[in-house]
Amino acid sequence: MKSWIAFWSILKKDIKNYYLKPPNISWGIIFPLSWTLMQMIRSSGGVNLSEIREMLPGLMAMSILFGTTSMLAVTITFERKGRSFDRLLIAPISLGTMVVAKLSGAILFGIFNAFVPVIFASFFVDLAGIKWGAVLLTVFLIAITSTLLGLMIAVSAKEVFEAQTFSNFFRFPMLFLCGLFLPISELPIFLRPLSYLLPLTYGTDMLSGSIIGRSMLSPILCVLVLLVFTLALFTLCQYNIRRKWFL
Amino acid sequence: MNTTDIVTVTNLSKEYGDFTAVKGISFSILRGEIFGFLGPNGAGKTTTINMMIGLARPTSGTILIDGFDAVKKVKKAQSIMGIVPDESNLYDEMDGFDNLCFCGSLYGMRKDEREKRAKELLEEFDLIKAGKRPFKAYSKGMRRKLTIAAGIIHEPEILFLDEPTTGIDVESARQIRQLLLNLKQRGTTIFITTHYIEDAQRICDRIAIIVGGNIVANGTVPELMESVSHGHSIQLAADKDLEPLAEELQAHFDGCIVKTGTDHTVTLISKEQIALSPVLQYLDSRGISVYEAKELRPSLEDVFVKVTGIEAIELKKEKDKGGMLK
Ligand SMILES: Nc1ncnc2c1ncn2[C@@H]1O[C@H](COP(=O)(O)OP(=O)(O)OP(=O)(O)O)[C@@H](O)[C@H]1O
Ligand SMILES: [Mg+2]
Repeated sequence: MKSWIAFWSILKKDIKNYYLKPPNISWGIIFPLSWTLMQMIRSSGGVNLSEIREMLPGLMAMSILFGTTSMLAVTITFERKGRSFDRLLIAPISLGTMVVAKLSGAILFGIFNAFVPVIFASFFVDLAGIKWGAVLLTVFLIAITSTLLGLMIAVSAKEVFEAQTFSNFFRFPMLFLCGLFLPISELPIFLRPLSYLLPLTYGTDMLSGSIIGRSMLSPILCVLVLLVFTLALFTLCQYNIRRKWFL
Repeated sequence: MNTTDIVTVTNLSKEYGDFTAVKGISFSILRGEIFGFLGPNGAGKTTTINMMIGLARPTSGTILIDGFDAVKKVKKAQSIMGIVPDESNLYDEMDGFDNLCFCGSLYGMRKDEREKRAKELLEEFDLIKAGKRPFKAYSKGMRRKLTIAAGIIHEPEILFLDEPTTGIDVESARQIRQLLLNLKQRGTTIFITTHYIEDAQRICDRIAIIVGGNIVANGTVPELMESVSHGHSIQLAADKDLEPLAEELQAHFDGCIVKTGTDHTVTLISKEQIALSPVLQYLDSRGISVYEAKELRPSLEDVFVKVTGIEAIELKKEKDKGGMLK
């Protein structure tokens, strides 16, 4: 009960202090949004509008990736720098509960961001036939793994800009390696193994399956792989946290 | 462990790489007392506090808090602690009231409970008007007060404060000392670090002096003073230079050590009590008038200088970075 009060309070504080603040919303929304618009303008200029639906899985994956990773740099690195984070470390709640509370905000933010391109697309194309249940599950799993990736970076970074720069180092290559806008089969052969080492590849594949009915891997396999990634990343983060956050 | 001890620290050490910040210190804190850690910059005060509150891991040694191992059962120990760090580290964007409520919630306080306590604390700390302002708009003294309020919102059994009066003005420092004394009245045990000798002397029941990671003295204020006292000592101020009479005086009062000063003073030190009238009569017979006679008692400052070898003036220089001038 007591842990739950603390958990909920940390989550609520982060949402109020960070996630609903305009500059932070912009990171997760403006960038994917302008990308969406850019693609739409491009595609409506000559090409079939139905291409928007083709792009949707990639756009959603990108929104989640950018939304979650940039927020953790703020909610964790920024608070650590200002030392208010110490309060959370010395609170009588388990480290796991506290970390999950911090992650939950970013995960919710990621899920929310995922649907920004969907809402936009719905004005232009018919979205019938999409398996929404599967989409939601996938969005959730992508949000968790991306958030944990962000956490890995936030644990090591001392400054916010360091965390941001460091995460760009990961997320821009991921845009190309994970099949968001370019099928993995079109990647140079030596890069492909790298694709399969990244959780986003599996998430994007699942999204493609449930939105445009085209996927390379079985969805069950993808869910399993994503769960394994979640567990592995969480364990790794906990280990790093214990090493780095306590003097 | 003594049942009246709330904290027992044994052979506690902390190494950072090949540098040892805390070197096997041991001490205990009695339930309900104010225990002070007095030491210069870099002595290892913050490092010790961080180990006790679970922010830093000891390299070796044990910390018992309320009877259980505070390193292994860190969350259990933390549930009875209140912590006021050396930096005022609340949330800049949030107002005073929300900051307090948030801190209460971390200790599992229910909404109505924490809101009630937050209001009470804002009142007690004279921060009612500031309660609706964001923390970043607070002055240094206000920040420190709110940080202390945040540390006690859940009514901890033991409160840790790292240099609570550094860097704030005389009046705020006085208010904080009074608040700590009030808390003690209500039964809270307090561990406080400081590099102000006066602070330690005014509010602490017992003091440990820490230098270079070692505790060099530990005891109640009278006990510490006893350790530097040489028995009785009186100082007389006269109207003339007494240096020329030094040998004569020493010969006459051979039960005492006699020291004459260049400032027309003479100090007599003895194991026994010193009767004043023979001294006055003797000086009078030499045509010397005495204006003032006082008993010299050792101060905590003397204790500090003796055990640390650091001149009080050096410590003053340090504290002026803070600015609590008396
Ligand atoms: N994280 C760290 N890594 C390396 N050395 C450290 C670390 N933290 C503290 N030290 C060193 O340990 C020693 C004790 O530091 P500590 O902060 O405990 O001193 P302090 O008594 O609190 O001093 P102050 O009055 O300045 O706050 C110092 O020499 C400091 O440089
Ligand atoms: Mg310190």
